Amino acid sequence: MKHLKTWACATALAVGVTAGAVAPQPAQAQDTNYVPLLTYRTGPFAGSGIHIANGMNDYLQMLNERDGGIGGVPIAIEECETSYNAQKGVECYEATKGKGALVYNPYSTGITLQLIPKASVDKIPVLSMGYGLSAAAVGDVFPWVFNVPVTYWDGASVVINYIADQEGGLDSLSGKKIGYIFLDAGYGREPIPLLEQLAEKHGFELLQYPVPANQMQNQSSQWLNVRRDRPDYMIMWGWGAMNPTAIKEAVKIRYPMDKFIGVWWSAGEDDAAAGGQDAAGYKALNFSGVGMDFPALQDIKTLVVDAGKTQTDPASIGTTLYNRGVLNSVIIAEGIRTAQELTGKKVITGEDMRVGLEALNLTQERLAEIGLAGFAHPMKVTCEDHAGSHPVFIQEWDGERFVKVTDWIEPMTDVVRPLLEAAAADYAEKNAPWPERTEACAQ
Amino acid sequence: MLYDIFVDPFVQMYQMPDFFLQVLWEGFVAGILYALIALGFVLIFKASGVFNFAQGIMVVFAGLTLVGLHENGVPAYLALILTIGVMAVLAYGIERIVMRPLVNQPDIILLMATIGLTYFLIGFGELIFGGEPKRMITEELGLPTGSTAFEFGERGLVILQHIDIAAAVIAILMVGALAVFFNKTRIGRALRAVADDHQAALSVGISLNQIWAIVWFAAGLVALATGIMWGARSDVSFALEIIAFKALPVLILGGFTSIPGAIIGGLIIGFGEKIAELYWGGLVGGGIESWFAYIIALIFLLFRPQGLFGEKIIERV
Repeated sequence: MKHLKTWACATALAVGVTAGAVAPQPAQAQDTNYVPLLTYRTGPFAGSGIHIANGMNDYLQMLNERDGGIGGVPIAIEECETSYNAQKGVECYEATKGKGALVYNPYSTGITLQLIPKASVDKIPVLSMGYGLSAAAVGDVFPWVFNVPVTYWDGASVVINYIADQEGGLDSLSGKKIGYIFLDAGYGREPIPLLEQLAEKHGFELLQYPVPANQMQNQSSQWLNVRRDRPDYMIMWGWGAMNPTAIKEAVKIRYPMDKFIGVWWSAGEDDAAAGGQDAAGYKALNFSGVGMDFPALQDIKTLVVDAGKTQTDPASIGTTLYNRGVLNSVIIAEGIRTAQELTGKKVITGEDMRVGLEALNLTQERLAEIGLAGFAHPMKVTCEDHAGSHPVFIQEWDGERFVKVTDWIEPMTDVVRPLLEAAAADYAEKNAPWPERTEACAQ
Repeated sequence: MLYDIFVDPFVQMYQMPDFFLQVLWEGFVAGILYALIALGFVLIFKASGVFNFAQGIMVVFAGLTLVGLHENGVPAYLALILTIGVMAVLAYGIERIVMRPLVNQPDIILLMATIGLTYFLIGFGELIFGGEPKRMITEELGLPTGSTAFEFGERGLVILQHIDIAAAVIAILMVGALAVFFNKTRIGRALRAVADDHQAALSVGISLNQIWAIVWFAAGLVALATGIMWGARSDVSFALEIIAFKALPVLILGGFTSIPGAIIGGLIIGFGEKIAELYWGGLVGGGIESWFAYIIALIFLLFRPQGLFGEKIIERV
């Protein structure tokens, strides 16, 4: 009898859980624009992912609270936890695409690579803001993928440009050693072809230090190699727990921090703070504003954070990665707004969103109008160029906070663009039959 | 190629002795830390024959509890004592809820239970502490920070991190304390009896439940020490859980039931992987450390299948 009761309870529980898991979710209301957010608040990369997720979520929430959405239509926001895992990311995509998803932000190069072939089939664009496949900038080959405002290859070229400036010009790079420490995943390997090309062209030696994902907090070997090789500069493509560990290890081997430059995903305050005062001089690329001295961020604080409508820690508003998440949602929102204007519809589809993103023109005036003057460099997408190769700046850790230390630095577009086009053609060939672009250019 | 494999690494060791010493020191510290993690596995395996899959998350959970309490205004040393209390409660809970109902079940069932426990602790930990990495309260606990550099020759330098020295000292003290506990105390002897034969131990009046709770608590203390030391080197985050599996080759090498085996195994793996990565890794593009430890362990297994100090099991038909 006792066993019977146990079995009955277990069965009831199992049925309940299963029913909950597979029960059809209510379809999105007809008068909303549905934006799923693939985020990660758990797992080894949560330290970076939480800030991004909060920033993305809060800006869209704020638009709902302040303006009733976009064009009078509320935004239906739904987060799906990926743990930065490509398989879970695809599961999230499959679970949400049928609800009228307008756009996907995978926040992982691995997930982005999985979604790229699906985008044109399901007619839902992928927005990989400053990450993902660099070659996706070529709009003729990838009409459904957007990596505005800048690709990894552009970013790598900016770092080389900056180093060249410090050394007295590109010609001075000959004979130098530049180290590249990176997360040994699709993300970290992405800029290597460009760096190798530049090394060959300008005569510097590129030293590579891969960090496997399961060794992110155990980097002493990589940094011992750095100590032995004595590279003149170090470049980092890190994420999650890799960043603070790398900065601590660099401090530990007494690497000159002013010659250590991270990509924009290695630009978190928490990352640099791990090295404390000793990490002063560490630099990172950035393309979004720092601080909360922007009216839109004040609105987020008042209408969303202080009102208790988010999980955001108030102290994190204005930090680099939080603001990056905000910028991501600004692009989503402006894409929706542009699509509404171009199509005349208020409730749009993924196909409309693609048109909106392709016609995105975020001018300085528009940024000021939405309460984010100076928050980002003006950015424009064209049918041919889905990244725009916009400039980025460099910020430096002063021991307590990041301070902007350069003006906007242009990428080496003349070098990068032909390589992007070649890489896009190569991708299409390797993934044949890759669909020809049939989408009209709305510009 | 043959020169790169058989000659160049040794030339490098000779020409840059300071760097070689630094590699040996890093290998020693890594080995000590691996040994600490392996100790947690060994303790539970000795007492119950269970491979505790949850040891890694116990390291994270202990570290996060300590830092989390301090973040909420609890003074560092009180937070340490409270964390020890939490690990005791956790040990009792695991014994009462997970282990006791599974007595006499096949080992694989107990292994599955510890896998379930792992996922429970991940979810529970994230619910309470959030997923963000936290800074270890190294200075607040009175642990040393900073480093000392020793000049070596004209340009040579060997840098010793004070926290690494502290890790080595704490690990040695912990091993000593565990050795005394196992060999000189009544509970320790009872624990060894349980490890040798559950039924025989029960027949002479040893409480299996009590022993299991004690051993899980001891593993919790080892996890706390490991969490503090690894956390001080990077941050306390859920990514640390994966590090725990660095202990697997240590266990294969040292044997699942031997405390000295865990220490010697840890040191062999620590020295071996650092030397291999730094002097031979470049030949294959680097990054060999993560799998080289298993190569070392497998080579040892060829000659001693039970590990260096493991018990040789002979089953006669």
